[in-house]
Amino acid sequence: MKNETQEFKWVGKRPIRPDGVDKVTGRAKFGADMHLPGMLIGRVLRSPHAHARIRSIDTTKAASLPGVKAVVTGSDFPPPPPPVWQAAGEVPVNFRDLARNVMARDKALYDGHAVAAVAATSAAIAEEAIDLIEVDYEVLPHVIDVKAAMKPDAPLLHDDLFTDGVSPKPDKPSNIAKRMEFAVGDIEAGFSKADVVIEREFTTKPVHQGYIEPHACVVDSSEDGRLFIHCSSQGQFMVRQFCARVLDVEISKVTVVPAEIGGGFGGKTTVYLEPTAGLLSRITGRPVKMVMSRTEVFRASGPTSGGATKIKIGATKDGTITAAQATLAYQAGAFPGSPIGPGCMCAFAPYNIQNVNVVGHDVVVNRPKVAAYRAPGAPISEFGVECVIDEIAEKLSIDPIALREKNAARQGTKAYYGPTFGPIGFVETLEAAKQHPHYSAPLGENQGRGVASGFWFNIGGDSSASVHINEDGTATVIEGNPDIGGSRASLAQMAAEVLGIDYDKIRITVADTSSVGYNFLTGGSRVTFASGKAVIEAANGAISELCARAAKLWEIDADAVEWVDGEARPAGDNAGDFEPMPLSTIAGASGKTGGPISGHASLNVKGAGPGFGTHICDVEVDQETGRVSVIRYTAVQDVGRAIHPGYVEGQLQGGVAQGVGWALNEEYIYDKDGRLDNPGFLDYRVPVASDLPMIDTVLVEVPNPNHPYGVRGVGEVPIIPPMAAVANAISDALGVRLKDLPMSPPKVLASLSNGGSRTPS
Amino acid sequence: MDYKAPNSIDEAVKLLAEAKGAARVLAGGTDLLVQIRAGLAKPPLVVDVKNIPELRKISTDSDGIHIGAAVSGAELGEHDEVKAAWPGVVEATELIGSTQIQGRASLGGNLCNASPAADTVPALVAAGAICIIAGPDGQREAAVEHVATGPGQTTLKNGEFVTEFRLPKKLPRSADAYLRFIPRTEMDIAVVGAGVYLTLDEKGVCQQARVALGAVAPTVLLVGDGSKAIVGSSLDDAALDRLKAAASAACNPIDDKRGTVEFRVSVAGVLAKRAALIAKQRAEVN
Amino acid sequence: MPRQHVTTEVNGEPQDFLCEPQETLLDVLRDELHLTGTKEGCSSGDCGACSIMVDGRLVCACLMFGVEAQGKTIETIEGMAEGDKLHPLQTKFLEEAALQCGFCTPGFLVAAKALLERNSDPTETEVRYWLAGNLCRCTGYDKIVRAVMDVAAETRET
Ligand SMILES: Cc1cc2nc3c(=O)[nH]c(=O)nc-3n(C[C@H](O)[C@H](O)[C@H](O)COP(=O)(O)OP(=O)(O)OC[C@H]3O[C@@H](n4cnc5c(N)ncnc54)[C@H](O)[C@@H]3O)c2cc1C
Ligand code: FES
Ligand code: FES
Repeated sequence: MKNETQEFKWVGKRPIRPDGVDKVTGRAKFGADMHLPGMLIGRVLRSPHAHARIRSIDTTKAASLPGVKAVVTGSDFPPPPPPVWQAAGEVPVNFRDLARNVMARDKALYDGHAVAAVAATSAAIAEEAIDLIEVDYEVLPHVIDVKAAMKPDAPLLHDDLFTDGVSPKPDKPSNIAKRMEFAVGDIEAGFSKADVVIEREFTTKPVHQGYIEPHACVVDSSEDGRLFIHCSSQGQFMVRQFCARVLDVEISKVTVVPAEIGGGFGGKTTVYLEPTAGLLSRITGRPVKMVMSRTEVFRASGPTSGGATKIKIGATKDGTITAAQATLAYQAGAFPGSPIGPGCMCAFAPYNIQNVNVVGHDVVVNRPKVAAYRAPGAPISEFGVECVIDEIAEKLSIDPIALREKNAARQGTKAYYGPTFGPIGFVETLEAAKQHPHYSAPLGENQGRGVASGFWFNIGGDSSASVHINEDGTATVIEGNPDIGGSRASLAQMAAEVLGIDYDKIRITVADTSSVGYNFLTGGSRVTFASGKAVIEAANGAISELCARAAKLWEIDADAVEWVDGEARPAGDNAGDFEPMPLSTIAGASGKTGGPISGHASLNVKGAGPGFGTHICDVEVDQETGRVSVIRYTAVQDVGRAIHPGYVEGQLQGGVAQGVGWALNEEYIYDKDGRLDNPGFLDYRVPVASDLPMIDTVLVEVPNPNHPYGVRGVGEVPIIPPMAAVANAISDALGVRLKDLPMSPPKVLASLSNGGSRTPS
Repeated sequence: MDYKAPNSIDEAVKLLAEAKGAARVLAGGTDLLVQIRAGLAKPPLVVDVKNIPELRKISTDSDGIHIGAAVSGAELGEHDEVKAAWPGVVEATELIGSTQIQGRASLGGNLCNASPAADTVPALVAAGAICIIAGPDGQREAAVEHVATGPGQTTLKNGEFVTEFRLPKKLPRSADAYLRFIPRTEMDIAVVGAGVYLTLDEKGVCQQARVALGAVAPTVLLVGDGSKAIVGSSLDDAALDRLKAAASAACNPIDDKRGTVEFRVSVAGVLAKRAALIAKQRAEVN
Repeated sequence: MPRQHVTTEVNGEPQDFLCEPQETLLDVLRDELHLTGTKEGCSSGDCGACSIMVDGRLVCACLMFGVEAQGKTIETIEGMAEGDKLHPLQTKFLEEAALQCGFCTPGFLVAAKALLERNSDPTETEVRYWLAGNLCRCTGYDKIVRAVMDVAAETRET
C-alpha cells in the first residue's frame, strides 16, 4: 500500500466542499425548489394495469375543468424516433423506447406507465383533472417474473421483439430481447480437472436506487421553440439530448440548467418528466413544473433489474479455480436494455480463470423500465459468484480470503471479457482485509462472519472544463457534471494542486449546457477521474498562458519560464535573474499582457482504472424470528488515490448501506394483477440509521497510471460485495445458505425450519 | 375540505354530528394526512381535537391514570408516572413511527384508525384499559378491545369520538410489557405485536394475566388461552411453551406484503413468550 | 373553500399566510413562503426530509395542515444559523463530510439539533434511534452519527 499524499498540498486533504454552506443552510436549490412566475403545475395519469392496450383516451372533461391549461397524451408527442441503440447513459439507450416510456402510445406496459398528463394553475386542480381523464383499456395478460417471461407461452410485451444474438434469427417474437455469450478456454475440460464443482441458482429482486429527492423539473418553452429546462439529473447534457430527441427539436435550442441533485445512483441517468413538461409548456406558453410523488418514483422510475442466475464453479483441492460458468437472466422492465452486458463481464472478473463461459439474457417483463443503479448489473451476477466461492472455500477448508487470493486477478491478467489488466489492487484489498482486526475478532453466539469481493470497470468518457484566472489572483473552474457527493471539492482540489494556489481561492461552478463544453453524465464513477483530467488539463492550459504572460513581462522566451508552487520562475540560470512572479501579479497585469487568461479542455478520456473491493461483514441472527442484524462491517477498496478521503469513505459507506438493504429487506412486491403493492418507503424498507453499525473503511491506494494523481472511480464497487458478504455471514452463523434475495426474516426462518440447504461436505 | 378546531368536547360533538358521519376527527394526523394525500380519504370536514384541553391532559386519581386521547407519544413518553406504572403501554406508544411521528401521534388516533397492526392497542388491551367516548347522547365507556371491529372499522357512532383512555391503578407485583416484530429496527408497521400484563404473588406464581396480540387477525386479539397457560404457574419453561402454543393457535392472520401466515403464527408465539418474561421480571421488582 | 388566514412565528419572525385547509404545512413553507430548505421526499412521514420544529417539537411538515400552525412557533433549517454564524452541527457536518447529495441534510440537522437540546450526551444507539425517521440514501449514516456525537462531545467540553 502506497501512501504518497504527503507530497501534495491539496490532494488527499479534507477541505470543506465549495457547495457545503448552501447545503447545510437550506440555500441549495434542488429540482423542486425552482419557482417561476406564471408557473403551472403538471401531473401525470398512470396506468393502473400491468399490461393493457389503450383503446382510447377521452380528455374532454379534464380539459374543460377551470384552471386546466393543457392535457396531453401519447398522440400529442412527435412520432417516436427510430429504434437505434446509442451509447448514452451507463447502459445504451434506444430513443424509440425512451419516448414510449415517457408517454405510452398504444399500450401501457406496467403499473405506473404514463398515459396522459395535464398542466393546471394549481396542484389540486391538476390532480382533479387527472381523475377526469377517461381511458378505455383492454387489459392483457401480464408477466412479472423473469423466468416466467422467458417461457415460450408467456404473454408477449412486444410483438416486434425478436431475440437478438441467436442464429438463425428467430421467426417468433419473444420477451427475450437479447442473448449474449462470453467464453474463453474449454469449459468442460476445466470442470473435469476440478476436485469440487458447485452449482447453485440464485435470485435477486429488483431494487430501487432510493434517492430521497423525487424526480423534479421546471420547463419553460419560448415562442421561438427554445426550451429552458431546470431539473435535477445526473447529466444536463443527457437531459438535453434525450429531450431534443423525444420532442424532435434541435439540440442548440435546448438549454438545461442543472439543479442540485438529491441522489441518483444511476436512477437519474434518464428522463421521465422533462419531455412531458416541455410539451405542456410549449402548448400553454407558460413554465410547467412537474414533481413525482414518492409513489410515482417507485411505480415508474428505476429500479435495477432483478435476476435469476445459475453459477457453477470448479476448483482443485489446493483451491485453484479451473472453470467457471454462469447463466444469467436479467429483467429489463417493459423495454429491452437491462445491464446484462456488464453483469456478464463482471461476474468472474476478479479472478484469473482459464476456462470461463457466461451466457446472459435480457428479458422484458411488465415492470418499469430499469435504470442504471451503481455498478449496473454487476451486483446481481457477482452475488452468486461470491457465494459459490465461499462455499468452495468451506468445502475445501481453505480460508475464504486465501482462496480468493490464490485466484485473484493481478496486473497482466487477461480478463475473459477482453482487456488485460494494468496495475490493479485486488490482492492488496484482500491482504488489507486479512490484516484488519475485524477479520480475527471473536464472534458471539448466533453470530457469523462473511467476506465477499467485488469488481467494476469504472469508466471515462467525454468531459470538458474551463479554468479562468481572475484579475485578483483567484480562479473560477467551470465544469459540467452535477455534484452528487462532493465532486466539486475533489475537482477544485486538483485545480488548486495544479495551479499551486490555495483551495479557498478557487470557486467551482457546475455550468448549464450553454456555458461549458459537452460532458457525459455523472455516472460509472467517472467524474473525479475523467472530468478531473479535463480540469487538470484546463488548469495546465491556463498555466501555459500564465507563463507566457510572465515571459512577456520579463521580456524572455515563454519556454524559459516554468510554473512552480503557484508562481512563474525563470527556468534555469540562462533564462535570466528574475524574482518569482506569483499568479496574482500576472493575473493583475493581464490587461496589459494580452487580456483574459484561461484554459480549456474538451477530452475523450480513456484509461479508467478498474476498481476492486473486499468486504467483511458480521451478522447476528435471531433464530426464533429470522431477523438478521448487521453488527459490524468493514469495507476495503482500492481507490487509486483518494483526492478527498472523506467523500471517498462516504462512497464506500453509502454503497454498503444500499447493499445491506438489497441483501436483507428491499424488494418490489407485486399483487396478482401486476400492481406494485409497496410503492412507498414504509414498506419498501431501505435501511434506517438504527439498522446499521458504523461502517469501517480501508482505502487502499494503488494509483491508476492513466491519471495524473492516480484516481480510480470509487462509487460503484462498494455496492457489489454486501449481498454475498451478508449471505456468507448468515451461512457462517447458521449453517444455512440463502440464495434468494432479500434474506428477509420469513425466508431466514423458513430456511431454518427446513433444516437449511447446506450441502453435506 | 373544511377545517375546524373546536375548543370543547361539546362543540366537537356538535360539528361531528352535524356532518352526519362525513367528518373526520384529526388528532396527530399521522394516519389521516397520509390517507388524504393518497386519495383514500376525502373528508369534507376535518375536526381538529387538539385544542380541547381534556384531550391533551394526563392526570392520576384513585381510579388510575387518565390520558387524553390526543396526547402525543412524545408527551406520554416524558411522563415518568405513567412510564413507571405502565411501561408496556408507554413502550408500545414510543414504538409508533419515528421521533417526528412521536411528536404528533396519539393513542386516540392509533385506536380509531382501527389498523389490526396498531402498536398501542394490544398493550392497552392487555393492560385492561378503557376509553371514554363522547357523543350526542353524552359520555360512555368502552373496553379498548371493543372499539375496533375490523380494518378501518369501529363501533363509534355518528358524532362520537374518544376523549380519554383510563388505565387501572397499578397493583403490587404486577407489570406489563409489549413487543413487536418488524423487519427493520424502526419505521415499519408491526408484523406481529404482543402485549402481556400479569400479577404475581409473593412466591412468584402468576395470579392473573392478560395476553393480547396485534397484526395476526382483523382486530387485536385478547387471547384467553394465553392467560390460562400461565396463570397458576411461575412462568417456567413448560408454562411459557404453553403460552407460545396458545398464542400461535389464536392467530388468524393473512398473507400480505408485511408477512406470511406461517411467519406471523410462529412469531406471535415467540413474542408472547418473550413479553411475558419481561413482564414477569418487572413484576418481581415492583 | 376559501383560503384561511393563519398567524404564526417562523424562525423568530411573525409570519402570516393564507392557505387552503387541505394544504400541508410543507406546501405552505415551500410554495407560499418560499422556504425551500425544508425538503419533500415522500409526503407520507417516512423520510424526515421535511423535519421542522413546531412549538419545540420535532415533526414532519408533510403530516400537518398549514391551518394547524395557527398561533404556533415554527423553526426551519433557514433559521438554524445565526446571521453568518453556522450552528455547530452545520459546521461539523461540513468538516466531517456528513453529507453527500445534501438533500436529507436539512432534515437531519433540524432533528439532530432537537436531540442535542434534550440530551447532551447521547449514546450511538440513542442517536441512531432518534434519527431513524430521517432517511439518507447516500452516506450509510456513519458520518452523520459521528458528526452528531462529536458536536455533543465538544458542546459538553465548553
Ligand atoms: C411513518 C409512519 C410510521 C408509523 N409507524 C407506526 C407504528 O410503528 N405503529 C403504529 O401503530 N402506527 C404507526 N403509524 C400510524 C400512526 O402514526 C398511528 O396510528 C398514530 O397513533 C395515529 O395517531 P394520530 O393522532 O396521528 O391519528 P390521526 O391521523 O389524527 O387519526 C387517525 C384516525 O383516527 C381518527 N381519530 C383520531 N383521533 C380520534 C379520536 N380521539 N376519536 C375518534 N377518532 C379519532 C381519525 O379520524 C383518523 O381516522 C405510523 C405512521 C407513519 C406516517
Ligand atoms: S416529506 Fe415529510 S417525511 Fe418525507
Ligand atoms: S446525503 Fe444524499 S440522502 Fe443523505
